[in-house]
Amino acid sequence: MSRGSAETLDEITRFLTEALRREVGPDDDYFALGLVDSLFALELVTHVEDRFELTVEVEDLDLDSFRTARRLTAFVHAKKADAETAPVHAGDS
Amino acid sequence: MPATAEADGATGTSPLVAAAAELAARAREPASRWDAEGHVPPDVLRALAATGLLAADLPSRHGGRDLAPADLGEVAAHLGGVCSALRGLLTVQSMVAAALLRWGTRAQRADWLPRLADGTLTAGFAATEDGAGSALGEVTTAVEDSGDGLLVTGRKRWVTFGESADVLLVLGRHAEGLTTVLVETDRPGVHRESVTGQLGMRAAGIAHVTLDGVRIPADHRIAPPGAGLSHVAATALDHGRYTVAWGCVGMAEACVADAAAHAATRLQGGVPLGRHQSVGALLARSAVRAAAARELAARAARARTRGPGHGVTETIMAKYAAADAGAEAGRAAVQVLGAAGIAPDSRAGRHYRDAKVMEIIEGAQEVAESHMAEQLLRRFGAVT
Repeated sequence: MSRGSAETLDEITRFLTEALRREVGPDDDYFALGLVDSLFALELVTHVEDRFELTVEVEDLDLDSFRTARRLTAFVHAKKADAETAPVHAGDS
Repeated sequence: MPATAEADGATGTSPLVAAAAELAARAREPASRWDAEGHVPPDVLRALAATGLLAADLPSRHGGRDLAPADLGEVAAHLGGVCSALRGLLTVQSMVAAALLRWGTRAQRADWLPRLADGTLTAGFAATEDGAGSALGEVTTAVEDSGDGLLVTGRKRWVTFGESADVLLVLGRHAEGLTTVLVETDRPGVHRESVTGQLGMRAAGIAHVTLDGVRIPADHRIAPPGAGLSHVAATALDHGRYTVAWGCVGMAEACVADAAAHAATRLQGGVPLGRHQSVGALLARSAVRAAAARELAARAARARTRGPGHGVTETIMAKYAAADAGAEAGRAAVQVLGAAGIAPDSRAGRHYRDAKVMEIIEGAQEVAESHMAEQLLRRFGAVT
């Protein structure tokens, strides 16, 4: 694993805190708390893809994975681990 | 200077832009008649679909033409500059294609995208309801599990090209959250009612669509429930705002051209109309708005070259400015043209009406302002 969980959690929490303009704890459900506007869900996907160099596919859209910083951290690490063990994709078609 | 055309968002490299320009030139004369008659002839729609322009930004592996955002923008501007209805067809088809590309499964992409790309299938986007316009989270259309499929029940309004679309991307409500499904319009229970006499987009085949217990296979659901609005519809709307923005750039530029041509030749008190200071001011203000809108649209194009999910806010800003430019340039052109501007076949008058609609759809101007203000507060405000 190329990146420690604590470091990832810290990065994600920092992004959320800046984006939502308030302190976001690792287990705060920012969707349930009503902190986000209608475009934030997509923005979060794009940020995670860019920052951690992964692709969020529709199969990954278990929205529970995106609800809190801690869950998102777990998702990122699972996804990166998959990418390291899975055969190389020839394309997403 | 930027090293590559892509970095610059520059255009002119794709033959599809030239094809769109040609198509637009042919539509220039009949567009007013289509507006008056309330529809574009089906053979014209089919011909446009068959060019592959409608979802040309899809990757070639899905049958698309890899059209870059800037070139897609030019295509929309060419079409929008003569006929918002044609541009509207491009907008809805490419919205649905973008949502499927981003959030379809591998099987769904393989099934639908090639047909959207080659135009054998035309798509509509059915989100708006009586009680759900800008606030799409309020939709009540029901999507229920039923046996091994899904049952869709509700009433959708203002579906652009809903009259003729072969398939609709429908936003509805499932027990587990908002969801999106594809509904073919030849399924039992789909009833379409043409809308006529509305302010603008009169030739855009707008329909209200009733879905009366329409049964669809389970594999017609796009993305898991809960992601229907926040991911699928949001992706479609983002794409829609992009082509609407460029379509409005085309409209604004067409209005400037028509107004200037008239002001240059029409004599008023022995001097050309445009030499009157107040008329000159109308022309100048329109030209500035149109040019600014084009630059913001080009900026959105550059941001979007980074891939899906990028340039959302830049696109909102471009669409906001371009809809305003279209409406204001339209208003000014009608004013400069005088009686000719308010005639039934007036191009400026039609653009004016259509541009007003653009200030309302794909996120009303006020919704765009809220989003842009929120971005500013985020950037400059303190964490509380």
